[in-house]
Amino acid sequence: MSEIAKIPSSSEVAKLQAEKLRSDKPVTLWGTARRRLFKRKSAILGMVILSILVLIAIFAPLLAPYDPQQVLIGVEKVKPRQAPCIHLLGCPADQPQHIMGIDGNVRDEFSRVLYGARLSLLIGFTTVTFAIIVGTAIGAVAGYVGGGVDNVLMRFMDVLLAFPSLLLAIALVTSLGPGLTNALLAIAIVSIPAYARVTRSAILTTREMDFVSASRALGGSTLYILFQRILPNSLTPLIVIGTLGIATAILDAAALSFLGLGAQPPTPEWGAMLSAERNQVFTAPYLVFYPGLFIILVVLSFNLLGDGLRDALDPRLAMKSK
Amino acid sequence: MFTYILRRILSSIPVLFGILVVTFFLARALGDPCRAMLGEKATPTVCAEFNHRYGFDKPKLVQFVDYVGQIARGDFGVSLRYGRPVTQMMVERLPTTLELAFAAMLFAVILGIPLGIISAVRQNSSIDIGTMLVANIGISMPVFWLGLMLAYIFALLLKGTPFQLPPSGRLSPGMSPDPFYVVWGLHVTSQGLAGVLEFISRLNLVNALLIWRWDIFWDAARHMILPAIAVGTIPLALIARMTRSSMLDVLGTDYIRTARAKGATRYTQVMKHALRNALLPLVTIIGLSLGSLLAGAVLTETIFNLSGVGKILYDAITARDYIIVQSFTVVIAVFFVVLNLIVDISYIYLDPRVRLD
Repeated sequence: MSEIAKIPSSSEVAKLQAEKLRSDKPVTLWGTARRRLFKRKSAILGMVILSILVLIAIFAPLLAPYDPQQVLIGVEKVKPRQAPCIHLLGCPADQPQHIMGIDGNVRDEFSRVLYGARLSLLIGFTTVTFAIIVGTAIGAVAGYVGGGVDNVLMRFMDVLLAFPSLLLAIALVTSLGPGLTNALLAIAIVSIPAYARVTRSAILTTREMDFVSASRALGGSTLYILFQRILPNSLTPLIVIGTLGIATAILDAAALSFLGLGAQPPTPEWGAMLSAERNQVFTAPYLVFYPGLFIILVVLSFNLLGDGLRDALDPRLAMKSK
Repeated sequence: MFTYILRRILSSIPVLFGILVVTFFLARALGDPCRAMLGEKATPTVCAEFNHRYGFDKPKLVQFVDYVGQIARGDFGVSLRYGRPVTQMMVERLPTTLELAFAAMLFAVILGIPLGIISAVRQNSSIDIGTMLVANIGISMPVFWLGLMLAYIFALLLKGTPFQLPPSGRLSPGMSPDPFYVVWGLHVTSQGLAGVLEFISRLNLVNALLIWRWDIFWDAARHMILPAIAVGTIPLALIARMTRSSMLDVLGTDYIRTARAKGATRYTQVMKHALRNALLPLVTIIGLSLGSLLAGAVLTETIFNLSGVGKILYDAITARDYIIVQSFTVVIAVFFVVLNLIVDISYIYLDPRVRLD
């Protein structure tokens, strides 16, 4: 009898189970993704670099010792392309400090490089946002409507993908005319197909799933199903390629500026700054080195973060690691 | 299999047509060729005359048909700036770019594949982490910055050491080797054959070998090292990453475990069993890299003062010679499509699984 008494009653079992359920935190996609992301050292490195650059961009006016466009002729005794003068490294204290030297137009290179972070991040985010909005729209229409519309839209995307992206951007800007806005537009246009394709394929796979059919059976409108049911499910690949896309966009924008098609002087844009001093690389290498170094840092941070996000958000990879 | 190849070839025809439509639209409909060429200050009368001379005043559809007809004959029109046929300019400059592309790809493959293999075999070792970090930096680097920095390091910092390398030009000043057909005393009457010989002789490395002049070969090769490293770094990083990840996939398969079980050495497992299967995706990467490599050539040839096609494109961009820009866009896009086609078809021979489907 005493043996039987020890067996918990059914209500007690239910209570224990409920307690266990309460103690288990709910598992969400973003929760696991965040945890997985923070386990990867390279992704953390990417986030650290990016945070620093974002802080530099925000606080550029406080950090920069000079105005990025201020010509220092008559203000200080400096010559064009003067070598860096850092007091800590033994530069005489009576000389004004210029950590990265003076550029060809007698401006403080360091201040210009700091302000360049603003432009660079802005370039990356605006082009990719634009490309994602247009690309998702095209992909959504193609995937949801299907048939002839799908065929025409996707063949057009194939044609755009047939060009090496930088080359198509060059051709576009040559037609539109040089300038930062046109360069950004060109870079955005050439990156649309990637987003359109991803959205379309995500829609094709989710469209036939039971929860979507259920939503349709309950009388959900097409737009409701598209925005509330289907698009959220294509969000993860978009985030991944969007992050990597920012890296490419920044690199391509720098290349266009280098070719004289992007940002025009005196805008403190890294690619343009580098281009302006490229013939002086043997006499003033610092004017080429620093803008390039910052391009690498910003592109690298997005690449590392993008790779990390891909591994964190891809459930198939998560299965493998278990 | 034959039907697959045929279907694949036919499916790329609409894309090729689309490329023509897009480039035509870009140049003639989106922008104003006259304003683009002559600048914002061009008066309407000047523009009308200009448009008439180049046929821009005809209906767009007629222009398009003319354009497609021209390109089908291999005629890309006359450069607005130099007044010379674009096709001729391209053929003259192509050899330098081909040499650059070949050297860059060689650099990328020779270094990238072993690095990828070592990273995969020693996964998570310091070699692996270091290689992948460097590869990540490699794909994040602007080609033109790397080119300039290499020029600075190897031409100035290492001046006087055996590692000094020339930062510009194709050959040292004073070196002007005769074309091999002159040295050999060939007399060719056929114009086509003469053109082919001319083309080959412009490949400096090949020409130097054909006339058996090692000093010129060495000089030409040394001039190619820095540009090749600059252009080849991105493909190198991509190849190393790809080799690593596909090697890791293959090393985890059952047949590698079988090979280990039957007592194959680690070397045999990796080099004989794994590598062959791991190299397949590389065909795609190498194919696609060639396209980005050509875009890289625009930036690199300018820095290293190599007179290849990339340099003409750069000059054309600065001079707003949009006929050249348009022609290059078409040629490179078509090249890209054909390359993809070759990659796809080569899979039939490389991967039996594709053949069976």
